[in-house]
Amino acid sequence: MLGHAKQCRADRVNTNLPQQRTLDILWRRFAILVPYLWLLIFFLAPFAIIFKISFANPIVALPPFTPLFEVAENKDISFYFTLDNYRFLLEDNLYWMSYLKSLKIAFVSTCLCLLIGYPMAYAIARASPGWRNIFLFLIILPFWTSFLLRVYAWMGMLSTYGLINNSLIAIGIIDQPLKLLYTDFAVYIGIVYSYLPFMILPLYAILEKLDFDLHEAAADLGARPFVIFRDITLPLSLPGIIAGSLLVFIPALGEFVIPSLLGGLDSLMIGRTLYDEFFGNRDWPLSAAVATILLLILILPMMLFQHYQARESQDPL
Amino acid sequence: MNQQRSTFLISVLCFGYAFLYIPIILVMVYSFNDSRIVSVWGGFSFRWYLALLDNRQIIEATLLSLRIAFISASFATVMGTLAALALTRMRRFRGRILFSGMIAAPLAMPEVITGLSLLLLFVSLQDLIGWPSERGASTIMIGHITFSMAYVAVIVQSRLMSMDNSLEEAAMDLGGTPFRVTIDITLPLIAPAMLSGWLLAFTLSLDDLVIASFVSGPGASTLPMWIYSKIRLGVTPDINALATIIILTVSIGVFIAGWIMLRGERQRLAENQLNVQIDS
Repeated sequence: MLGHAKQCRADRVNTNLPQQRTLDILWRRFAILVPYLWLLIFFLAPFAIIFKISFANPIVALPPFTPLFEVAENKDISFYFTLDNYRFLLEDNLYWMSYLKSLKIAFVSTCLCLLIGYPMAYAIARASPGWRNIFLFLIILPFWTSFLLRVYAWMGMLSTYGLINNSLIAIGIIDQPLKLLYTDFAVYIGIVYSYLPFMILPLYAILEKLDFDLHEAAADLGARPFVIFRDITLPLSLPGIIAGSLLVFIPALGEFVIPSLLGGLDSLMIGRTLYDEFFGNRDWPLSAAVATILLLILILPMMLFQHYQARESQDPL
Repeated sequence: MNQQRSTFLISVLCFGYAFLYIPIILVMVYSFNDSRIVSVWGGFSFRWYLALLDNRQIIEATLLSLRIAFISASFATVMGTLAALALTRMRRFRGRILFSGMIAAPLAMPEVITGLSLLLLFVSLQDLIGWPSERGASTIMIGHITFSMAYVAVIVQSRLMSMDNSLEEAAMDLGGTPFRVTIDITLPLIAPAMLSGWLLAFTLSLDDLVIASFVSGPGASTLPMWIYSKIRLGVTPDINALATIIILTVSIGVFIAGWIMLRGERQRLAENQLNVQIDS
């Protein structure tokens, strides 16, 4: 039956007028080539350039780096290829610390997001359908409003006489305001606050599809709530946990705005180090090397994410 | 036991939403504070809102940001939709894996890397072919189109995949050419997804600080760039007022768009139900 339909369609296409066939071929080429070429030029080529410049020497000129090779008049090609930038990155503690600190902050923030996001996603999934839409809307809404301004909102909360310090003093827990702003604590708060929706949404998508009859069956058979959670809910929601964690971990690792607004001078995350190196020291080749290594660190989590995405889109549900 | 669990879940939700919303609400409340000192309440006043109207820099930066967001969202919607169609509705083509990889990668790329790499591209291009002769609004737009087309593509793609393509197949069987079927059947069906994609691209562009800072030139300062240069030094009352305006405008916009889409969804569900009833 299906085969027959396909045959019919093939016949029809063959009887089309030649102009229409040309139009279709043009349309197909257009739809593929325009976005393809755009991404090749403005997304892929730039990485090749970053990679190239990371092997160049910095000079005081415009642009501030040496070419990798020069063709002299007698057609001799001379190469100026250096590993100095990478050597410098390995030797200077600042960069090591930045990478490690970023990894640590991104990892801890991801765990915190999971700890807060999982119960929230679970509670939303168990709510009545009417409430569910309202709850979801309230999760998505901050995601649409300005990221920069949401980070800014915490500057007021955490400042010396902000809401948190004032409340703690009012209750009598502390006498002197604590230093909260410009610390690692503030960076954790900022990342968890900004990326919590990214954790909750994929978790919710999984938990909503869970068959809660399984829970009742297990409970009827005498399983305690914790055992039900550990043996049924948790394993079934693992894809959501992985997706949400990657969606928090990957952007948190390269985060710039949050450490630069909420973090102290010593909270050097790699995104901020890169930004300062580029705009402060104007060392383009070194920034390019910093970016190349950050990309290498990110490749594994990003491929995991791609893999997960591809599997999701094949899933008929 | 059930009682215990629901109490736990309700308190989790209360805590979570308080965490998400108290900082924003506090900014809004303090934007009406008459006092120049941000942490002391000095009475209700609109003075910081009036001060915004007098600030030419803010108005110029806002207009520039809106212009960039409008143009880049429109281009990103067209290209993201083309990409989504190419990936879901066309026969396999060479380089398809690279294509789908490039579509998804900008979603997860740290902004500092995207910004740095684009700037280095622009500098190299200027060296090679003399374009772009100067960096500013146009280079920011290119950056924004590149990362927001990925978001549009993902939204439209998921709509195309979840959609029943029997209408398209029927149109093809009746002799429609792929081009006409796309224009007459597919596009109207994915229009709501394209609209959400456009809105998302618009807000992403309006909000972007890092990529714009990298690829902008000396002349062009977008609204986030202006805000960032002010708040680096701490909280100020006029930024509270500006934040309130921006957050309220976006929230109302999202609310209306969400309501329209929810209504469309309900209508579609009702129609589907009707169809099922007719079929049976």
